[in-house]
Amino acid sequence: MAEITYLEAIREALVEEMDRDENVFCMGEDIGAYGGAFKVTDGLLGRFGESRVIDTPISEIGIVGAAAGAGHMGMRPIVEMQFIDFIANAYDILTNYVATARYRAFLPCPMVVRGPSGGYVRGGPFHSQNPEAGFIHTPGLKVVYPATAEDAKGLMKAAIRDDDCVLFFEHKYLYRRIKGEMPAGDHVVPIGKARIAREGSDVSIITYAATVWKALEAAETLEKEDGVSVEVVDLRTLAPLDDEAIVATVRKTNRVLVLHEDTRTGGIAGEITSRINETCFEWLDAPVLRVTAHDIPLPYAPQLEDFVLPQTSDVVRAVRRLAAY
Amino acid sequence: MAGRKSGTGKRERGTVGASTTNPRGNGAGSVGSRFPVPGSRSSVDRASASLTRGQKLDLYYWMRLTRSLEERLVALYRQTKVVGGLFRSLGQEADAVGSAYALERRDILSPLIRNLGSMLVKGATPLEILRQYMAKGDSPTRGRELNIHFGDTDRGFIGQISPLGDMVPVMAGVTMTFKMRKQDRVGLVYVGDGATSTGAFHEGINFAAVQRLPLVVIVENNGYAYSTPIGKQTAARQFVDKAIGYGIPGSQADGNDVLAVYDVTKEAVDRARSGGGVTLIELMTYRRKGHAEHDNQSYVPPGEIERWAAENDPLDRYLVVLRDELRATDDEIAAIDARVASEVDQATDEAEKSAPPEALDALVGIYADPPAERPLWFREGADRAVDVNERPEGWGTWPAPRTGSA
Repeated sequence: MAEITYLEAIREALVEEMDRDENVFCMGEDIGAYGGAFKVTDGLLGRFGESRVIDTPISEIGIVGAAAGAGHMGMRPIVEMQFIDFIANAYDILTNYVATARYRAFLPCPMVVRGPSGGYVRGGPFHSQNPEAGFIHTPGLKVVYPATAEDAKGLMKAAIRDDDCVLFFEHKYLYRRIKGEMPAGDHVVPIGKARIAREGSDVSIITYAATVWKALEAAETLEKEDGVSVEVVDLRTLAPLDDEAIVATVRKTNRVLVLHEDTRTGGIAGEITSRINETCFEWLDAPVLRVTAHDIPLPYAPQLEDFVLPQTSDVVRAVRRLAAY
Repeated sequence: MAGRKSGTGKRERGTVGASTTNPRGNGAGSVGSRFPVPGSRSSVDRASASLTRGQKLDLYYWMRLTRSLEERLVALYRQTKVVGGLFRSLGQEADAVGSAYALERRDILSPLIRNLGSMLVKGATPLEILRQYMAKGDSPTRGRELNIHFGDTDRGFIGQISPLGDMVPVMAGVTMTFKMRKQDRVGLVYVGDGATSTGAFHEGINFAAVQRLPLVVIVENNGYAYSTPIGKQTAARQFVDKAIGYGIPGSQADGNDVLAVYDVTKEAVDRARSGGGVTLIELMTYRRKGHAEHDNQSYVPPGEIERWAAENDPLDRYLVVLRDELRATDDEIAAIDARVASEVDQATDEAEKSAPPEALDALVGIYADPPAERPLWFREGADRAVDVNERPEGWGTWPAPRTGSA
């Protein structure tokens, strides 16, 4: 079977799920006639018509709120944030309304909020963000952030079928840069399960999204130059976290680096480090280290963006420090 | 043609004559003039003209039940049996009841904090309300939410949340589903004068208008958002003017005249049901109690509340209609009052018997899957989080070495 890109994998999931379930529909800004800013929904309007592929006003609160209302009534809406940065506009309705609906009112919100996320693309402060941490902190939401084309499809299908709201972060750097061969049949990747992206025995890197590829690059270098065997854990889902996978890799290598593209303070690396500390401190041979972005709004110029974001060389340096501890 | 009244500059039939009233009045000082002048519509034109005598007496029952239930809640609040705050709709009962009464059973509304009457009309029971206020384990939200924050889609009402305006986009989604499924159903969402200033209100009503959804948006102009008078809420001359900007029909009515409220809502509901899209209705009313029971209303000009109570009480006004036009007898009215009193008494007795929720239920149902969260380790009786997990063989000195010497 031919390989398809990360972006095409997402589109394939949308099409298959819309074919499979007439309650699934898409809403968003410029997603219909134009096919979306990144063309994720290209061709959907022609295939499903404007009652199921809805171009909306520029209204993140409006469309996320409408998705919740439709979800209450049995629909399964998929809402696109044109850039995930704009999800901040819907923060109130996501955290106060959607996240609490099942708990306080027994109202289901089976909906997906998806959008292009992340940096390394010279997008500047408002087209490069990784706002996942703010939502991981909110009980009632699920958060996924795939690194591979296979997972992008399989997790999207799982997200659409989930009975709660799933925030689906798509890394725009990966959209057209990586490809994968889709498993045959109904390919669904369960939410909440991490993946070993590379087996190793000396040091673990726990990461997700674009930095999975940085970690794999670093692991190659470390294997060749240092003879250090690095295990890379791709979390895939950030809420709920796969505690079992985290504990398993800690117990296997006893040295852990948590790597993410999001800023440092309040980033999920702190949460993961804390869980390791609380549950398997005695398995550690070194302090858990973090490689993250600097606590800086993401600047535009390549020299600035590359300095602020974690790079493969940073990962190599951090792993060497752990290995030598 | 009933549409686009607010856009014509010429208001007719039941909408306010803008030249004769100043609905803003800065929320103070011009109490009487904040009322729309009764329309020129003859009584046979009115939707309420086709209500039966029994239905008209029903309207009185629902208003009386709203008021009596709230009065009972005040008593319970003073006995500290109401766990949280208490929100009154005193003086706004006609607005809530008359509008909800214009819906069919299959329609869905989303109430605000002063729409107890709307919820009762839609089938919420006094027992549920009392259990909810008293945070009982068998309350509609099992003790998770306060006051009248609850819903039941089967009975046709969806519980609000505290951030104001958010229910407008949610109800846009509910009615979008009606439209997608070609269902003959209408949605009604209430906001206050304050919520019209939020982004959620704007985004929700604009989206609903663009999609021509079967939605009625009622702005209950009761003069105050907490302590803020409408003059500090908007520079618009009146809230109904906002309809023009959304390209939808707008109407205004006397919110303390239950039949006028029914008429104006019914017209909008019929329009929505027949594919005419969204209507914005401004109901002119007055909040006679504070934002909640703790609020001493120090910001209200002297005499204003008393004037509204004396001259514009919705129950007093409707009693005149019932007696003069329906020839309702004192005995009939007294029978309804007695029925209400007995229902409230019964519900109170029943609610007081209910147990509080079990603490562990707090961890159930945040997600469909997993169905419950686990208690944290310090609630499981473990000494340390690591004890919950396995420790490496032979590691450490606590509590004791696991093997041989050391």
